[in-house]
Parts: sequence; structure tokens; C-alpha cells
Amino acid sequence: MKKLDFIIIAVLLVCAGELYFSGILRPGSEGAYAVVYVDGEEVKKYDLSKNTDDTVTGINGTNQIRVQDGKISVVSADCRDQICVNHLPINRENESIVCLPHKVVIEIENGGKNSIDAVVQ
Amino acid sequence: MAKKTAYYGIFAALAILMGYVEAVIPMPVPIPGIKIGLSNIVVVLCMYVMGTKEAFYISIVRVIISALLFRGFVGLWYSLAGAFLSYGAMLAVHKLKDATIIGVSVTGGVFHNIGQIIVACIILGRSVVLYLIPVLMVSGVAAGFAIGIVSKYCLSYIEKRR
Repeated sequence: MKKLDFIIIAVLLVCAGELYFSGILRPGSEGAYAVVYVDGEEVKKYDLSKNTDDTVTGINGTNQIRVQDGKISVVSADCRDQICVNHLPINRENESIVCLPHKVVIEIENGGKNSIDAVVQ
Repeated sequence: MAKKTAYYGIFAALAILMGYVEAVIPMPVPIPGIKIGLSNIVVVLCMYVMGTKEAFYISIVRVIISALLFRGFVGLWYSLAGAFLSYGAMLAVHKLKDATIIGVSVTGGVFHNIGQIIVACIILGRSVVLYLIPVLMVSGVAAGFAIGIVSKYCLSYIEKRR
């Protein structure tokens, strides 16, 4: 291993850190709504303060989603990779759960909630 | 010529096999996209043992065949983007005289992940998964480093026996 290898590793790690800490690509504050998109189109919106179970129909299959304790998650899906099911529940802006086979995206939106908290923090 | 053909066959088969082994091992992480990239061992090795052009062919053949066998059509675009971008980046590092197989492998790991994220954004029509880039860059460095170490030992073994 030579010096240049260390430089490459350092540069890549610094870039990653820079992207994260500059805040461009980092989960934000807690959101109030979860919005579900199928193939880029908004199809449903959930209030995260209300517990619900629902079915989202994506391309070629469905995803069972659950809103609980202010977080949204996918409990089951008939896709082959199950990445969305393994994903942790989310509740922050910029976070998302994605089911690529069904082209389903769940995003968090902040409907003005917590703006006072954010200032206090 | 016959020897070269045999090498192509061995490398391609190994790369596909590595992809399968990796698909069988479950990754217990809640973040999509984190993986070891075992088949990159073969591509990196091929770059040093056979040459850069040959490594490109192996990489493409591997992606197409393992997509057909294990993942399906959506997976193909994904892997192709990862393979192209990581190959391009690895080629650039490979050309630098002062970089070793470890630097090449680390670069490959990171750019593979970036390529996949870009395609995921295009397929989904949303830029949401971009927030995964910093995490996947770090995991790409770690995985690429591990793969680089393995490749380094394999390479010295192969070169002793040639």
C-alpha cells in the first residue's frame, strides 16, 4: 500500500463527511406528514400523529405500510428484495423508504411542525 | 489465444459466482445498498492480471448474466450503472503509477454505490435517495478496502504461479 492509496481513501472520506456535515445530504428535523409516491406521482399522504395501517399499490405489487408512534414503516411487501421491509421506521425530513421493484417512495414532509422547537434547539 | 479465452472463462465464472455468494449472504443493515462487493475482487484482479480492456468485458458479462440469473430487469440497469461508473473510476486510478490495487478497489467500491444511487433517482423520478450518498461512500471505502486487501494477496499468489 502506497501513499497515494491513503490519499485516495482520505479524499473520499472527506468528501463523504463534507456532504453530510454541510447538511445538504442529511436527515433533517422531525416531519409531520409522510407522503407516498408511486412512479414519481404523489398518491397518498399520512399524518404521522395518527396510527394507521394501509396498503399502497405500486407497480407490479403492493406494500403494507404502518404509521405508529410518529414513524412510518413498511411491514410487508410482495417484492423480491424486501429492502423496504428491512428499513427502519422513518420520521425525519430527507429520510425515505424506497421499494425499487414497485417504484414506491415514502418521504417525510414537515408541515410547519416543530418550527418553534427548532429555534429553541 | 486459447489461454486468454480460458482466462476469460475463469474470471467471468468466478465473478458471477461471487455475485451469487453475496446475494445469498444476508446483510443485516437497515440501509439499502450497503454490501461487500465480492465480485469486484475478480474485476480488480483481472485488471492487473489480464489488462484493463479485459476487465471491462468481464465486468459487463458478469453484470448481464447475474442480472438475468438472480435479479431481473430492473436490477440490470442498476448494476450496469454501478459497473460502468466504478470501472471508469478504477481505470483512472489504475493509470496512476503510484496507486496500488487497494486504492483501485476503494475507488471502485465508492463509485459503484454512487452509480447505483444515480440510477435509483432516475428510475424513481425522485431525488430522495441522494441522502444515502455520504453513508454509502463510507461503506464503499470500508468494503473496497477489505476487497483490496484480499485482491492484493490473490494477486501476489497468481503472479508467483505464472
